[in-house]
Amino acid sequence: MVSQASDAVVQEVGEGARTSAHPLLRTESLTKDYPGIRALNEMNFDLRSGEVHILFGENGAGKSTLISMLAGANHPTSGKILFDGKEVHLGSVHEARELGISAVFQEFSLIPQMTVAENMFLGAEPTQGGFLRPREQKAKAEEILKNLDFHLKPGRRVDHLTRAEQQMVEIAKAFRTDPSVLILDEPTASLTNHETEQLFKLVAKLRKRGVGIIYITHRMAEIREIGDRITILRDGRFIDTVDAATTSEDRLVELMTGRVVGQIFPKVNYNPGETILEVDNLHTPGSGGLNGASAFVRRGEIVGFAGLVGSGKSKFAQASFGSYPIESGRIRFKGQDVGKPKTRDMLKRGFMYLPSDRRSDGLMMMRPARENISLASLTNAPLSAGLFLNTRAENRVASELADRLNLSPRRIERLAGQFSGGNQQKLMLARSLTREFDLIVFDEPTVGVDVGTRAAIYQFIAELSENGAAILLISSDLPEILHLTNRTYVFYRGEIQAELAGDDITEANVLAHFFEREEV
Amino acid sequence: MTVSSESSAAGTSTLADLPKKVFVRLGILPFLLVIAVVVFTILSDNFLTGRNLLNVLRQSVFLTIVSMGQMLALLTGGFDLSVGTTLALTSVVGAMAMAAAYAAMPDAVWLAIFIGCFAGIVAGTMIGLCNGIGVAFFGVSPFMMSLGMTSVGFGIALFLTGGTPVYGMPQAFGDVFGFGSFLGIHTPIYVAALLAVLLFVYLYRTPFGRYIYAVGGNAKAAGLSGINTRATLLWTYIMCAAMASVAGMLLTARLDTGEANIGASMPLESIAACVIAGVSLRGGVGRLENVILGALFIGLVQNGMNLARIESYLQTVVLGGLLILAVIADQIRLRYVASLKD
Repeated sequence: MVSQASDAVVQEVGEGARTSAHPLLRTESLTKDYPGIRALNEMNFDLRSGEVHILFGENGAGKSTLISMLAGANHPTSGKILFDGKEVHLGSVHEARELGISAVFQEFSLIPQMTVAENMFLGAEPTQGGFLRPREQKAKAEEILKNLDFHLKPGRRVDHLTRAEQQMVEIAKAFRTDPSVLILDEPTASLTNHETEQLFKLVAKLRKRGVGIIYITHRMAEIREIGDRITILRDGRFIDTVDAATTSEDRLVELMTGRVVGQIFPKVNYNPGETILEVDNLHTPGSGGLNGASAFVRRGEIVGFAGLVGSGKSKFAQASFGSYPIESGRIRFKGQDVGKPKTRDMLKRGFMYLPSDRRSDGLMMMRPARENISLASLTNAPLSAGLFLNTRAENRVASELADRLNLSPRRIERLAGQFSGGNQQKLMLARSLTREFDLIVFDEPTVGVDVGTRAAIYQFIAELSENGAAILLISSDLPEILHLTNRTYVFYRGEIQAELAGDDITEANVLAHFFEREEV
Repeated sequence: MTVSSESSAAGTSTLADLPKKVFVRLGILPFLLVIAVVVFTILSDNFLTGRNLLNVLRQSVFLTIVSMGQMLALLTGGFDLSVGTTLALTSVVGAMAMAAAYAAMPDAVWLAIFIGCFAGIVAGTMIGLCNGIGVAFFGVSPFMMSLGMTSVGFGIALFLTGGTPVYGMPQAFGDVFGFGSFLGIHTPIYVAALLAVLLFVYLYRTPFGRYIYAVGGNAKAAGLSGINTRATLLWTYIMCAAMASVAGMLLTARLDTGEANIGASMPLESIAACVIAGVSLRGGVGRLENVILGALFIGLVQNGMNLARIESYLQTVVLGGLLILAVIADQIRLRYVASLKD
């Protein structure tokens, strides 16, 4: 039944779809506002049937916001979505799916305790007279899986599957209805090479059937292999739509990060001093953990950690700081062996780590800015007076730092959650100034931050470095690494792939280890 | 202070927006308070008299103390369902110890009272210690932990007494802590006031108070800022139980007996008092002053309903309704916070 239905759709769409004037899916001035931030601004995007359209951009550029609205999971603040030339209002994921728009999100929407078949038909279980028909469900699931060439048993529980298999279930779920638009959000992030190949075969098959595919990836090799057109987003805006075959990698990176570099990045004097942090042969537990990474950071130096998400660059810093478990490895801070680091102890020694995820790890959104700024220094002078808090000093310190960092609006009693992304980031930065730290780790300090604030943050980092602090900058943002760091380690799958210094930190050199270019 | 100045400053912009802004700033409590006073004044002539209001204060003193402790647990994003049991266990153990000490040394009345209070409060605080260890070190959800301890504590209290009240405490205990008064104000009110002042200083003038807010506000951020989140949680539940224990001893003095079946309504009422006062169930938000006001409000409603001769069974209906109303109001308020960004 399923295959017949899908054949029908294929024919319907297949005929002349490629030459049809109006695209399969189109957005007009699509805009999405979140409190304090415009996540997507006047987005114009179109998808033809039978193409693989790649969305390309940095983290926080608006790709996820765009697809979540196309999939019905989120509702636009303004603008239109047109499907087959007609304006549609996608009230829910379910409604979008009925229309033929199915999405496979990065975060799985599977229920681990249920079987493959149960998950595939969740919310649309085959019934008769109000009762479930498990056998029919299983048969249907089997058929879909067979069509997709997935070797999965419908009766298996999802939590017993590997991540890649779960990914396959998630894709299969999208094929319960016959999608004419399929959205894949970084589908290969957890797949092995073999599984990736299989996925690409599937994508090719679907494309032939006339399905329009929106595909998000950070991997250059994949863009080359399966992409037809590429739309680049930056800071929630549409930048350009280009042809995948004729656009060079360098051009893509330029479009993605695209700014006049000199105006944003300050000149930093480089005077390395004594070694502050020294880590030898660090291992962390788990299969995706660090596998023998070593690095050091000196005073007056900005050291970069580059690499893909999940490459271990952030784990390295967290493990050294004591907020991530360590299996083995030696950590020395200011010439002293630390043993197993503990967060409190490391802070006392002068090691500050500013996490990348402000919302989940960094700020108390429902507390005032003042309390967020002072959080890490409540027991230090001048904030503490014996057993008590010196609230006057706290007010003064918070106000001074708000002035210095140009907090806007400059109201320290405002709740952290009410500030914009850039200003929330400033609250985090202010935390690193509440006492003297010898080493400050900035983990993705400019994610979701506008250009103006970016420049301010870079200036701030440069000043700290020139005043003799050791700086560790963890970043997925290439220009940041290229223009701000004195020395850079490139992480790849839990190991340090390269250490580059000075003029060797070039786009090509970093990228060579950053995006698996060698596999192309 | 900041609250009132800010809301009045905002009020000058548009007068029509004022209720909404007060609501966002202070929650539903001011509105409920006004409504309750108006309604009960109409229903009963005796309601709005100085004597009756002092009565309300005296009657709600136990709930006020328990609510202050409950607030701490709520601030960390948890709650304590075992406050009622804590009250009962304190009462039973305290009364038994006091009676035994008094029987052994009939001359040392004050020593017996001290021993009894000490034993009772230690016993009650043990429940908090268990809650704290479970929540902080084993990651048991506060719901399960405190629910389990409710059963444990209640069982122990019944086992110790066989279900019968404990008599034999010195007369002076009840005279001073139950019915005694100074300058026309009852002793328990002084105790509650003292606890409130101490807790205020602890919460707002020491780093430890800030830690409680930080753990509830964002536990990860607190950990990354060097705050010992486990110790903070442990200490929070201990303090919560200690407060309930003090209330338990005061209630024992008032009743003149140790009872295993007191405090059953405390978990609901104390959580209601906090939530009505704007303490967020997600943790990190809430002020001590408001919680005290919230507990007094519940006392006020109960007193008003008594005066208006509303049946006690129906009173529990009203109380449950108020709690749910407060939670709904909290949700609406959060939505407003998002829309009213300035």
